Amino acid sequence: MSRIKICFDRLETQGRKALIPYVTAGDPAPQVTVPLLHAMVEAGADILELGIPFSDPMADGPTIQLACERALLHNTSIIDVLAMVKTFREQDQETPIVLMGYLNPIEMTGYERFVELASDAGVDGVLTVDLPPEESTAFVSLLNEKDMDAIYLLAPTTEESRVSEVCRQGSGYVYYVSVKGVTGSAELDVDEVAAKVAMIRKHTNLRIGVGFGIRDAASARAISAVSDGAIVGSVLVNQIAALADTPDQIPAAVAAIVKDMRTAMDA
Amino acid sequence: MPTSNDLAKLKQLPDASGHFGPYGGRFVSETLIAALQDLERTYEKLWRDPDFQAEFDRDLAHYVGRPSPLYFAERLTDHVGGAKIFLKREDLNHTGAHKVNNTIGQALLAKHTGKPRIIAETGAGQHGVASATVAARLGLECQVYMGIDDVERQKLNVYRMKLLGATVIPVESGTRTLKDAMNEAMRDWVTNVDNTFYIIGTAAGPHPYPKLVRDFQSIIGREARSQCLEQTGRLPDALVACVGGGSNAIGLFHPFIEDESVRMIGVEAGGDGVETGRHAAPLTVGRPGVLHGNRTYLMADEGGQIQGTHSISAGLDYPGVGPEHSWLKDCGRAEYTAATDDEAMDAFRLLTRIEGIMPALESSHAVAHAMKLAKEMDKDQIIVVNLSGRGDKDIHTVAEIDGIKV
Repeated sequence: MSRIKICFDRLETQGRKALIPYVTAGDPAPQVTVPLLHAMVEAGADILELGIPFSDPMADGPTIQLACERALLHNTSIIDVLAMVKTFREQDQETPIVLMGYLNPIEMTGYERFVELASDAGVDGVLTVDLPPEESTAFVSLLNEKDMDAIYLLAPTTEESRVSEVCRQGSGYVYYVSVKGVTGSAELDVDEVAAKVAMIRKHTNLRIGVGFGIRDAASARAISAVSDGAIVGSVLVNQIAALADTPDQIPAAVAAIVKDMRTAMDA
Repeated sequence: MPTSNDLAKLKQLPDASGHFGPYGGRFVSETLIAALQDLERTYEKLWRDPDFQAEFDRDLAHYVGRPSPLYFAERLTDHVGGAKIFLKREDLNHTGAHKVNNTIGQALLAKHTGKPRIIAETGAGQHGVASATVAARLGLECQVYMGIDDVERQKLNVYRMKLLGATVIPVESGTRTLKDAMNEAMRDWVTNVDNTFYIIGTAAGPHPYPKLVRDFQSIIGREARSQCLEQTGRLPDALVACVGGGSNAIGLFHPFIEDESVRMIGVEAGGDGVETGRHAAPLTVGRPGVLHGNRTYLMADEGGQIQGTHSISAGLDYPGVGPEHSWLKDCGRAEYTAATDDEAMDAFRLLTRIEGIMPALESSHAVAHAMKLAKEMDKDQIIVVNLSGRGDKDIHTVAEIDGIKV
């Protein structure tokens, strides 16, 4: 059983919801990432989404584009990202890690080699933004053979007839993109999200995480109340950007935001 | 070389899921899937609809000015001393390039879907101008994304778009050229997918774009094929076209796929020379990967990051290429090579001086290679070059090289 399922099962028995922070690996410098991941777990993160930097992050807004650019200034490669996960695992064997990114770095590494390395590093799931289920059969079987989950996106535009098909290929959780737009863009409509999540539940038993547009403790609480978990990215990455010149302060500052959200969600 | 049976199958691609062999496909985030499925349904229905075809043909005849001539460049042929060089004069189309064939088609699709707003990406500005033009004609709102470096080197086209009522949005992210404009247009589309039609300018992107752009551009090859038969009594021996994303090339090539005797040669931007790394020639020296919604040859480093490109011509300055070209290359049905900035400039000057035709710097790459090729061929052989656009937009670039302020 994957760490992700174990994590959600445990949260469910505790009557809590998952807090899933996202940061881009290597932003603003490679040595920041592992301490940052530990700090976020300490502050109450349940699952970590770690971004693989890409030169052309088409589905992301300016915040995460710039994070990719900062990471790529140090040439943070997919191999480096896997090494970070491996280092993280030396101290933490429990917290699930989901790699999130775009297909080309994985494709250039080679599916088999990537899956081998990711499994060896202790990765639990992979979310490839530009790899919808129709194109990913081969990749998903490789992931599943190594007990890793393929995490898929569902969007406000996803037709109901498609939801079960997407969820059938996925495992771990599905990531519901709460707004039409890029990361960090629009305002959330909690009622609309609640209705969509209810619709998705009719078609799958997978846990449903919701992301895009959660920017503070109140919205994390509101979203997690109507789903199984809140996924938070741009607000953390903005904090990283603000402290890019004093990277030592980043883990504590980001952890403080995570902690606020945790407190609000558990209240 | 594939057999004639293989060629017939090759011509039928993409398959139902939008693939050309391993290339093409639909590699986009979930938010866009429904819009692409919608577009595919709309397109497949309308493309078979005689009323839509009649409307498209009427616009091409009376608005674009088709058919474009196939012109025997006699002085160029004499100068080179080899095969006869014919020019397919897409530069004479309304707005000055082949791009309008596609924007007319996609704007008609937009009209049928009832979306009031169109967006486009542009490199040299020709596709932006063509999009702004059809938007003006149909009364649609139009926003064009353009890399800020291209805004600088294609000032004339930027102003044309503004006069046509479009908003030009300079893109400052990434390498600030065509690929970044395409990223930004995709981001806009994800955000405004309900009311916006994205007119992609080249035969690339997620399915069904490579197919529908090719179909709209295939008028070039269909005309060239019958014009060549009419004027010379035979098919050409070789077709030559420049390849950035590859829409003018696939438009010329596709109707000839089953004509085994016809060589098809795409000419990429060699920049400073492919050996220098400063170029935009993914088919010549790149490798397969995934960008902008399709699997295709790309310029990427070993970690999968997309590399910066260089070309004197903004329209070819792109690290990917349409997926059908990738498959035609792997199948051996088409060949791909590159011409450098300098070779393109020489061709630009020569064609201007001895034929009185000023080609776009993009098209000058095709002319440059055709001249090399003609020398190796017999005098009774025929080359058809796609003169995909006119060079007026490039006068600033050329003047700058000459040290002249226009």
